Amino acid sequence: MQKTLATIALAASLGLVATTAQAAILDDVKAKGYLQCGVTGGVAGFSAPDSNNVWTGLEVDFCRAMAAAIFNDADAVRYTSLTSQERFTALSAGEVDVLSRTTTWTMSRDTQLGISFVGTMYYDGQGFMVRKADGIESALDLSGAAICIESGTTTELNAADYFAANSMEFNTVVFVDQDEVVKAYEDGRCDVYTTDSSALAAERSKFANPADHIILPEIISKEPLGPVVRAGDTTWFNIARWTYFALLEAEELGVSSANVDEMLGSDNPAVKRLLGVEGDFGTPLGLTKDWAYQIVKLVGNYAESFERNVGPSTPIGLERGLNALWKDGGIQYAAPIR
Amino acid sequence: MTDIGFVRADMVDARPAPHRTSGAVAWAQKNLFATPLDGVLTVLGAIFLLWIIPPIYNFFIGHAVGPAGTVEECRMENAGACWAYIHSEMEFFIYGFYDIPEQWRPNIVFALGAALLIPLLMPKVPFKRTNAVLFLFVYPIVSYYLLAGGVFGLKPMPTEKWGGLLVTLIISVVGITLSFPIGIILALGRQSKMPVIKTLCIGFIELVRAVPLISVLFMASIMLPLFMPQGMTIDKLLRALVGVTLFTSAYMAEVVRGGLQAIPRGQYEAGASLGLSYWQRMYFIILPQALKHVIPGIVNSFIALFKDTSLVYIVGMKDLLEAVKTKNDTALEWQSANTATTGYLFAAMVFWVFCFGMSRYSIYMERRLNTGYKR
Repeated sequence: MQKTLATIALAASLGLVATTAQAAILDDVKAKGYLQCGVTGGVAGFSAPDSNNVWTGLEVDFCRAMAAAIFNDADAVRYTSLTSQERFTALSAGEVDVLSRTTTWTMSRDTQLGISFVGTMYYDGQGFMVRKADGIESALDLSGAAICIESGTTTELNAADYFAANSMEFNTVVFVDQDEVVKAYEDGRCDVYTTDSSALAAERSKFANPADHIILPEIISKEPLGPVVRAGDTTWFNIARWTYFALLEAEELGVSSANVDEMLGSDNPAVKRLLGVEGDFGTPLGLTKDWAYQIVKLVGNYAESFERNVGPSTPIGLERGLNALWKDGGIQYAAPIR
Repeated sequence: MTDIGFVRADMVDARPAPHRTSGAVAWAQKNLFATPLDGVLTVLGAIFLLWIIPPIYNFFIGHAVGPAGTVEECRMENAGACWAYIHSEMEFFIYGFYDIPEQWRPNIVFALGAALLIPLLMPKVPFKRTNAVLFLFVYPIVSYYLLAGGVFGLKPMPTEKWGGLLVTLIISVVGITLSFPIGIILALGRQSKMPVIKTLCIGFIELVRAVPLISVLFMASIMLPLFMPQGMTIDKLLRALVGVTLFTSAYMAEVVRGGLQAIPRGQYEAGASLGLSYWQRMYFIILPQALKHVIPGIVNSFIALFKDTSLVYIVGMKDLLEAVKTKNDTALEWQSANTATTGYLFAAMVFWVFCFGMSRYSIYMERRLNTGYKR
């Protein structure tokens, strides 16, 4: 009997702890007055210092959007630069409130580390780059090629899987550091350079003659890169997820930072719901009614962020591809706000 | 007439002039062409220099793009070092993410540090005691509040925004000024006759010396947060500072112990027989002699510490080298064949200037204190 009582008391107290913990992150963040955002040490287009030494990038924009929703101030963010080894520890230990750091969403990470993936800011995948002069047009022509690879990454395993599955032979030339890999490829020590296709594009833009190199059409792995929050705080998870959805929804409805004020007068009920003119979707999240208006006003929609940071007009020059909205032939899809 | 021996009737022929022992030709004969082997080696050496110097000159100066250049010039065929890139990104290399309008604050800290440290290093300048108190106690507090802000209406600047040379200098100056006294205490503790103190000091020194700095920093960045209560975090810069300081202290302790062991037992006994207390003996008699012996070792540790600061990238801090690397990777508008190389060269030059300065100062100090052991 004593034992049962103790168990019940323990369970009750645990439940109590769990419920108090639930709204905790948002309260903590509001009390601090800023959002602590974990970013990379510098990946061009995703999170990197710009010419004014301010963090910019697609993933930085996600943190800015969250800050806009919470504080109506996209600059209320502090950035912590994290290495790939320490990123999950830093998130689960509460050093950062949200991790937006080119992190691939995988099952083991999602289920075993006490963290939750919010969505996919960028659908990436591993690709190959070759010299145009070699006349290779498909990854299936690569049998017997020497491939430059960064060691200890999933890249190496993916390439091995792909070549084994297509019963082709290949030789790896392995390096520890990304810079060395690129240098080796540039110096002709190998025929092929493989890594995530976004990084391929960024590296290619640094070459003396980018036009001499082509990225093959085959994508051999799925690398959904997205923001991550600590598991167990539903409110916080929802704020992150709906920030992401609001970015997409705004693009879908044609609401941008340029026209958001005009759109307040729109007759479209979906736009009215998004911008908080009709209904109140912010308060249940612990935010204000115009949370999504602030996101679009201060940061822009997904398309604007993409164009600004990694799109065709930037040196990185990525096409939307898979990252186009569902109605434009991509797979970016937001649940409706209603 | 008796034979009075030989009388010289004519003048002795003038002897040929001696070989020149001064001047360029003589010097070359003596130092460059003394033997046939020397001659061959000299010629080979000259060929090597002729082969290596023009490309180096062209890369650094001849074909280099000056600070006012543009990226188009850097991208041209045969372009050398792209100094324009360094010039353009200099703010990031020195201050990291520190807000540009607020950069006068680190500038004041740099100027104040130089104004206090340089007189302290010059033996002839008076007011050493006041100067030392200002530098060791007042300056750190003033600098901290100036850099971090949040008081007197200064905009708060969290340490995540600090970077570049600023962080390199903060870590090395704090590391050097703290690890030196801690190291001396540990060395004295290790020689102590009190078992608890002795064991603690030996334990600390042997534990810290037995692990690489990189693993200490890994512990600080990955393990430490797991032990802390949820939501409580320790500043990353502080973690790096503590890690580097403890690590260098352990090495410093062993260097100082080397000096202590070189002091003859008679010196200790003489001090004791004069009725001096332990601390008086150490302060007036033992340490001044011991430390003089180990100046090269001490400076060695300081230089190692200065270079080890670049390992703090492990805790996500951007020191000078990491700041350069970040810009090399991400400043796409500056990409050219030599951009990254120029960046690394710049970092290497800055490190060299500081380390060379330290080593010259140590030689000067050794000469000045070299009383009685002159060779």
